[in-house]
Amino acid sequence: MQQEEQKIWSFHGGLHLPDHKAESTNRAIAKIKLPKRLIIPMQQHIGEPAEPVVKPGERVLKGQTIARVSQYIGAPIHAPSSGTISEFTEYPVPHPSGLSAPCLVLETDGLDEWDELPEPLPHYETLEPALLRERIRWAGIVGLGGAAFPTSVKVNKMPDKPIKTLVINGAECEPYITCDDMLMRSQACRVVEGVKILQYILDAEECLIGIEDNKPEAIAAIRMAVADAQPLNARVVVIPTKYPSGGEKQLIKLLTGKEVPSHGIPAEIGAVCLNVSTTAAVTDAVLAGRPLLQRIVTVTGEGVNDPCNLEVPFGTPVASVIEAAGGYSDKISRLILGGPMMGFMLHDDSVPVTKGSNCLLAASNTEAPAPPPAQSCIRCGKCAEACPAQLLPQQLYWYAKARDMDKAQEYHLFDCIECGCCSWVCPAHIPLVQYYRFAKTECWAQEREKQQSEEARRRHEARVERLNRIKRERQANLRKKKESLGDKKSGGDNKKAAIEAAMKRVAEKKAKTGTETAGGDQ
Amino acid sequence: MKFAARTSPHGLLPNSVTRDMAMVLAALVPGTIALFWYFGWGVLINVCLAVVAALAGEALVLKLRNRRIISTLADLSAIVTAVLLGIALPPLLPWWMVVLAVLFAIIFVKHLYGGLGYNPFNPAMAGYVLLLVSFPVAMTQWLPPVMLNTNPLDLAQVLNIKFTGQVPAGMSWDTITSATPLDEMRTQLDMNKMISEIQLSPLWGDYGALGWEWVGNWFLLGGLFLLWRKVISWHIPVAFLAGLLVSAGLFWLFDPETIPFPAFHLFSGGAILGAFFIATDPVTACTTRKGQLIYGALIGMLIFIIRTWGGYPDAVAFAVLLLNMAAPTIDYYTQPRIFGERNDDG
Repeated sequence: MQQEEQKIWSFHGGLHLPDHKAESTNRAIAKIKLPKRLIIPMQQHIGEPAEPVVKPGERVLKGQTIARVSQYIGAPIHAPSSGTISEFTEYPVPHPSGLSAPCLVLETDGLDEWDELPEPLPHYETLEPALLRERIRWAGIVGLGGAAFPTSVKVNKMPDKPIKTLVINGAECEPYITCDDMLMRSQACRVVEGVKILQYILDAEECLIGIEDNKPEAIAAIRMAVADAQPLNARVVVIPTKYPSGGEKQLIKLLTGKEVPSHGIPAEIGAVCLNVSTTAAVTDAVLAGRPLLQRIVTVTGEGVNDPCNLEVPFGTPVASVIEAAGGYSDKISRLILGGPMMGFMLHDDSVPVTKGSNCLLAASNTEAPAPPPAQSCIRCGKCAEACPAQLLPQQLYWYAKARDMDKAQEYHLFDCIECGCCSWVCPAHIPLVQYYRFAKTECWAQEREKQQSEEARRRHEARVERLNRIKRERQANLRKKKESLGDKKSGGDNKKAAIEAAMKRVAEKKAKTGTETAGGDQ
Repeated sequence: MKFAARTSPHGLLPNSVTRDMAMVLAALVPGTIALFWYFGWGVLINVCLAVVAALAGEALVLKLRNRRIISTLADLSAIVTAVLLGIALPPLLPWWMVVLAVLFAIIFVKHLYGGLGYNPFNPAMAGYVLLLVSFPVAMTQWLPPVMLNTNPLDLAQVLNIKFTGQVPAGMSWDTITSATPLDEMRTQLDMNKMISEIQLSPLWGDYGALGWEWVGNWFLLGGLFLLWRKVISWHIPVAFLAGLLVSAGLFWLFDPETIPFPAFHLFSGGAILGAFFIATDPVTACTTRKGQLIYGALIGMLIFIIRTWGGYPDAVAFAVLLLNMAAPTIDYYTQPRIFGERNDDG
């Protein structure tokens, strides 16, 4: 069979981790009870935050756009259910900082009443790709693998860079997370329909669907759906289970043998990579006219009673999701949003589920123990061996620690994908990734500062220039005035002369008339 | 519910410095026992002295530096340094010289540079070289291997010699000690003897020096254990041994009567120990893979050069220290190509 012939490549580094997938794959995907209150953050995607278009007190319907974006990179937000907007204010959002951000609060009315939806586009292959991209943008679809990058931007190919390969990411390489696995098992057709649509939009020659070999059910289901969906030049490629094979660059390398250039995007090598959940969301948007309102969330870990996968409307508080999974067990110690390798710990379970929330890991103390104290780096190089970006993490660490950001960038700081492999293998237990995150933000801050000082310099120069110009103008005016004054002076002379001349004339006249009068007197 | 936060990754981290150091210590056991077997109690006394001095010295510095004492000592790196130094020193060396070398290694070479991870030079080798240049005579007084030893010493006699400097009645330093095989080879060559003549001496075994060749084998076993457990990678040891063998082999081919055979270089001194346990010290070695190959190969070649034309019969310590100096530069010029690196980036 063609599928067996597909060659796969490999990438440097990576880890073989215990996958902990079985815990949450026993049950079919369940729907969560609609919570009374949805807290909907305006920033659920990479790019500009959305701007609310509804006001507190307004009734909204399910699927209605409640926040829109004006920037190219952004995604609108829709009401996940019907109800009344009660407030627009700051609430804690799922972010490592634990900070609050603007959110719309929707008090649901339980009616789940749909807004009027745009018409389905079953014959999309007769339509302009731009129209379909517009539909994807309208639907607020972002990368559901966790990065939440707006999909409409990703599928907008550059005119000079044709897309050869559409890569569909079903690797789900991070331990514990099974939402994509469960989606592929149970809704393979939805995924494959999306593949067809995307392949049409991108005009891609081929589509490769990468799935790790620890998901045999998903592989079988997708293969069957692909076979049913002929003619479709798509193939399922089974890849070895190795973290982080689901990283965009790693997966593209595995499937095509090509490396996304440093600081570049996949389109530069003729590839676009989208997650299977994103693909399914595209199907909904195009074939059903439905926006992105919910996602599948894996709830797992020893800290929760019934690990499972749930369909969760955006804005649902994490606490409600945990409750739907049987609540916390006695072993609960930490709550992680995302997987154990790249996820971050939540300070508080009142934060809402957003578009990028793929997994809630209620970890026990053995699953997420307190890290041992960091020791000195002994330069053993295990990090470099594990780094899928082929960096020298210990050198990066050294420069990040010394705050030598130029050197850190010279050692390719921004090629770090923050996968956590280096921290994982570090025998000195140094939180390496945290140093790189710090260094990156520091670089951005420096960059901003540089731009600001550049701006300040430009403004200063403009001001100096303006002042000079004013001065010059003033001087010029003064000069002009002086000149005109000089003119006046000479004008005065003329006058004097004129007066004198007039007086002379008068005197002459007088003299004349005097003689006349005298003559007359005579 | 509220939770405390930490940064990713989350989980039970699989590696630890302590575990790696413990593996190195375990890997040193067979070779150390072999040394003890061939050269007697002095070896073990050296090791014990060195370990005690290292722990005491490190505890003192940590206290002065106001650092955590117990958890730092528990990384076992001081013990590794001590054991490496202990087995490298002559068995009958006066106790205070052992202590001096260890304290120098731990306090000056390691902690004055900032402690584990910051020292540019291999502490054990720096301690060794300190003694070698300060007390050259004492440092060349080894013992004959047990098979050739006509005056074997018991524990009490060894302790007496090491702590009071008094040789047992009826014996003299000359009757108890003997030169190392490397020293012997050099002396004989200096006397213009041919290798084939020199090899007639009972000092030589099947492929190296009698006794020493088996010490080498047991250290080799330990080294293979470290490779198997992935505590070290193959790059440095293989490049090291290849550098030594190739340079020795080439010259030996041209002149087998004045240049010792290559196996002599591997199995008559500290080459195996150096290749697997000393040059592989991650702190002071190169960290890039390509750099490690260059680093190892240059150490191997330098050992051959110093042994053949240098002022000292053994050269592992000097070669390692010289390459320690070069390691950062080698690393700088051997940075690996990163994922997706553009060609025009240079």
